[in-house]
Amino acid sequence: MPTVYVNDQPVELKPDERLNCIQAAQKAGVEIPHYCWHPSLSVVASCRMCLVEVGDKKPDGTVAMVPKVVPGCQTPVKDGTVIVTNSPKVQAAQRGTLEYLLLNHPLDCPVCDQAGECGLQDFSFKYGRAYSRLAEPKNQKKDKPYIGDQITLFTDRCIMCTRCVRFTREISGTAELQVVSRGSGEEIDIFPGKPCNNKLAGNVVDLCPVGALCSKDFLYEQRVWWLKGKNSVCAGCSTGCSIRVDQNKDVVYRLKPRSNPLAQGEFMCDEGRFGWKYIHSEHRLKFPMQKLPAGITPVSWPQILPALRQALTEAAKRAPEKLAVVLTPFMTVEEAYLLCKFVKSLSPAARLFMTPAPVVGEDDSYPKDLRGQAAPQPKFTIRAEKAPNRAGVELVLQHFGGAVESLDAVLAQVSQGTLEAVYLTAGSPEGWITEEQAKSLAKAKLVIVQDLLDSPALPWATFMLPGTSWAERDGTFVNHAGLAQAIHRGLRSPGDAWPDGRICFELAGRTGIFHAPTIRQEIAGEIPALAALIVGDLGDEGIFLKSAGETASAAGTESQVPVTGGSRS
Amino acid sequence: MSTYEPVLLARIHKEQSHTLDSYLADGGYESFKKALGMTPVEVTTLVKDSGLRGRGGAGFPTGLKWTFLPKDHPGPIYLAVNGDESEPGTFNNRILLEKDPHQVLEGIAISCYAIRSNTAYLYLRYEYGAAWRALQKAVAECYEKGIFGKNVFGSGFDLDVRLHRGAAAYICGEETGLIESLEGKRAWPRIKPPFPAIEGLFRKPTIVNNIETMACVTQILKRGVEWFKSIGVPPDPNNPRDAGSYGPKLYCLSGHVNKPGCYEVPLGITARQLIEEYGGGVPGGRGIKAVVPGGISMGFLAPSELDTPLDFNGPGKVGCLGLGTAAVVVIDDQTSMVDVVYNTARFFAHESCGQCTPCREGTNWMQRILHRIRSGQGRMEDLDLLLEVSGGIGMMPGTTICGLADGAGWPVKNAIRKFRSEFEEYIQSGRSTIKPCELIGAH
Ligand SMILES: Cc1cc2nc3c(=O)[nH]c(=O)nc-3n(C[C@H](O)[C@H](O)[C@H](O)COP(=O)(O)O)c2cc1C
Ligand code: SF4
Ligand code: SF4
Ligand code: SF4
Ligand code: FES
Repeated sequence: MPTVYVNDQPVELKPDERLNCIQAAQKAGVEIPHYCWHPSLSVVASCRMCLVEVGDKKPDGTVAMVPKVVPGCQTPVKDGTVIVTNSPKVQAAQRGTLEYLLLNHPLDCPVCDQAGECGLQDFSFKYGRAYSRLAEPKNQKKDKPYIGDQITLFTDRCIMCTRCVRFTREISGTAELQVVSRGSGEEIDIFPGKPCNNKLAGNVVDLCPVGALCSKDFLYEQRVWWLKGKNSVCAGCSTGCSIRVDQNKDVVYRLKPRSNPLAQGEFMCDEGRFGWKYIHSEHRLKFPMQKLPAGITPVSWPQILPALRQALTEAAKRAPEKLAVVLTPFMTVEEAYLLCKFVKSLSPAARLFMTPAPVVGEDDSYPKDLRGQAAPQPKFTIRAEKAPNRAGVELVLQHFGGAVESLDAVLAQVSQGTLEAVYLTAGSPEGWITEEQAKSLAKAKLVIVQDLLDSPALPWATFMLPGTSWAERDGTFVNHAGLAQAIHRGLRSPGDAWPDGRICFELAGRTGIFHAPTIRQEIAGEIPALAALIVGDLGDEGIFLKSAGETASAAGTESQVPVTGGSRS
Repeated sequence: MSTYEPVLLARIHKEQSHTLDSYLADGGYESFKKALGMTPVEVTTLVKDSGLRGRGGAGFPTGLKWTFLPKDHPGPIYLAVNGDESEPGTFNNRILLEKDPHQVLEGIAISCYAIRSNTAYLYLRYEYGAAWRALQKAVAECYEKGIFGKNVFGSGFDLDVRLHRGAAAYICGEETGLIESLEGKRAWPRIKPPFPAIEGLFRKPTIVNNIETMACVTQILKRGVEWFKSIGVPPDPNNPRDAGSYGPKLYCLSGHVNKPGCYEVPLGITARQLIEEYGGGVPGGRGIKAVVPGGISMGFLAPSELDTPLDFNGPGKVGCLGLGTAAVVVIDDQTSMVDVVYNTARFFAHESCGQCTPCREGTNWMQRILHRIRSGQGRMEDLDLLLEVSGGIGMMPGTTICGLADGAGWPVKNAIRKFRSEFEEYIQSGRSTIKPCELIGAH
């Protein structure tokens, strides 16, 4: 096994592993501070934060060291490489680089959004010097409030790592950002009249190691140390980007992509990044309601669930083939399973449907060339399928013998009287049913609507169950490639809304509490296609439902349909 | 005065020396024909045997550099000829290009043949308008006469020479900065490896050589290895890494001398000989305070060091960075070293490409410290701070990508080491030598 020595500590590499010093040290649990290097971007070795000493251990045990410091990001390791990250020489180099970086830095941490998660703060604290020797006035550079619709630049906080520039050249391919001017007068800027508004633009804010590029959406909203983050998965499209939901006191402030080589890589798109505002919509449903002779009345969960169970049981007795549950690709695998299992237990003849995932345009891949053509090997794809779990719900549906049907087709059956009782679950938070469509529900004897937002379906509902957004619940989403990832409850829901998993769990009359990993294991035992969920805990990166060779066929398309509209009052 | 007869500059005083007719009349392009009669490997070996070292600043053996190209490469291979000549005090490329462009173009043709390149790019600094026009004309003449183009002289060898005019930046002279600039990008030097010989222009194997180096190649082919090796300084037997300093060199003499100019003499002349025998001494019989041995980035010779031979080894022995471009700038004893170093620092702060943190910030910081000293606000501890910054930035300590930072630091640390008492006296006196016009431009 090739072995590398990091501060005398041996680290074994896999035979085909090609790492630089930063990565090799990471394996040894040793941090080599760095700014310009990023695993998804080209190596420029210009910030000079990652300077280390390296050498070569000869078979006879002697070590020949390179007589100067070298950038760890630019230096590959091989068998026998010796890396020293803490010698006086390295420490002096680190102190030097940090002093230079802070020389003209405004140090306006008290009003800087990045403070608390700032590369300059962290590395200065660990590797820098306590005071500046600059006796001259600092350079001042004008802020650039309009780098893009979502992005602002605090020019003098920039450390010129060029991560942002390389992102727009290498990942989005749009190349809006550039370095202008020279030497210490250098600044990041856009080409005149060409703002950074590409669909991945928000990532430059994450890439910026300091508080130079900031998100206008998040600017001055929170101090980052007030935020609590929970790992989750973006529900915006079937790419299923691994993300973190940052909230404080049950208010979401931002989403950040998490590195996940199995899912999307390092980034996320702006649609997902900024598309969560409905979570705090004023149209959120907060209390369970039931249509009683006296009118639509709030009813507590302990009352409404038995009543609903009773109503469903009767409907199943009366005409089981006229009872239908309508699933959507927005629910979790667990919710779909619990609901299907429950309804089928009332009567095997009860019907199951899933509405297709909305499809908007075509898959949108990056980097793009000058003509807007995606590169042959995309580095990021925003998928046309705008739902997080079509693949997962479909597998449950198939197991229980359900079918994919458009909402119109289901409603037509209601109108024709072939369906009398329908249980509708939440579709797209952008709206899934129109006033016109909802009118068909008039003919139904029993309508259950489980949703997080007000919708035209609501006036027709006999039972209205307030569910939650994906950020407030636990469960599993399966992405376009068959990767099952866990979402986690990051905040509490408004009013008396319940996570949908709990609603389904308690409706089914199960005892105990809804615990997604336990349900996952139950599902794995029952549905062969989901056997991989047996692990219960899916970890931070998730697991593929099928081994690599099989995954290709998992990405079916029959249950996608172009978006036809749908509105929210 | 030595009896050396100029070779590289032999034609520059002739009428119409820049024209092809005049060049052909003097036996021009015969060396190229001679090379075409040899194999490329033979030409490379000849240049290698001559001991020719690059004239662009680093003094790397030219023939050896050519052998770093990958063997049996399917091509294209490029030659990029460095005419960015931006080192302060340096103007020999300019004279060659304005007065004898064909000598350079012939060297380019020979070198292309030797390295199996069918395309050469000549990168010229923007300010050289006259050289640009002379080159355009000379290249056109060569295409007209079939010296360039397809199947030159019926040899089966194709050759294209393209001219590229830069946009005025010192960093475009750094070989990978030049390559980036040729590719139409910002001239940010590349990280190495890969070296240009493996992956250079348009990601293809590329050799970068200086204009004067090209002229030397022409003369080596014309006069032979023995001639070349009969001039200059053989390797130091006590230094196994010394490749010798053979051949003639174009020294650019400027500053406080009576007869500034470009002088062709054998490598190894001392600064004193150059100033006294060629430059006619310092005006007004004033004394010499310091001499720049080879472009400002090389540092300073103190008066006691004027007998240092200006070959590839000499300046290094007295604490200078090297021979550099052999641009010798004389500074008389009426000049303040504080002012000289400030001017130097200002140049490098302005020319730093801004890529590496230590160079971007360090060069600017040095300039501002020196500005403060010059405004009468200096502190004694500034000198050690200047030494620390100037010694910490550069490729040698490992903190930057290219050598600009070494060159920015060297004159500062040389000056403070060699003239410390002058700096101390200046700071203590609290005087200011800033002229009002400078204050306007100062940061
Ligand atoms: C900052 C910097 C500026 C340079 N400028 C020039 C230049 O203007 N002309 C030049 O020939 N070489 C210049 N060089 C040296 C080149 O990088 C390169 O070594 C040279 O062109 C190689 O040619 P040679 O081997 O013929 O000397 C510069 C190097 C550095 C680091
Ligand atoms: S970028 Fe970092 S160091 Fe700079 S002001 Fe912001 S928090 Fe402070
Ligand atoms: S704006 Fe941020 S990411 Fe861009 S170069 Fe500056 S510090 Fe780096
Ligand atoms: S050393 Fe200076 S000039 Fe050279 S690449 Fe770095 S910043 Fe640019
Ligand atoms: S991380 Fe290595 S030089 Fe910037």
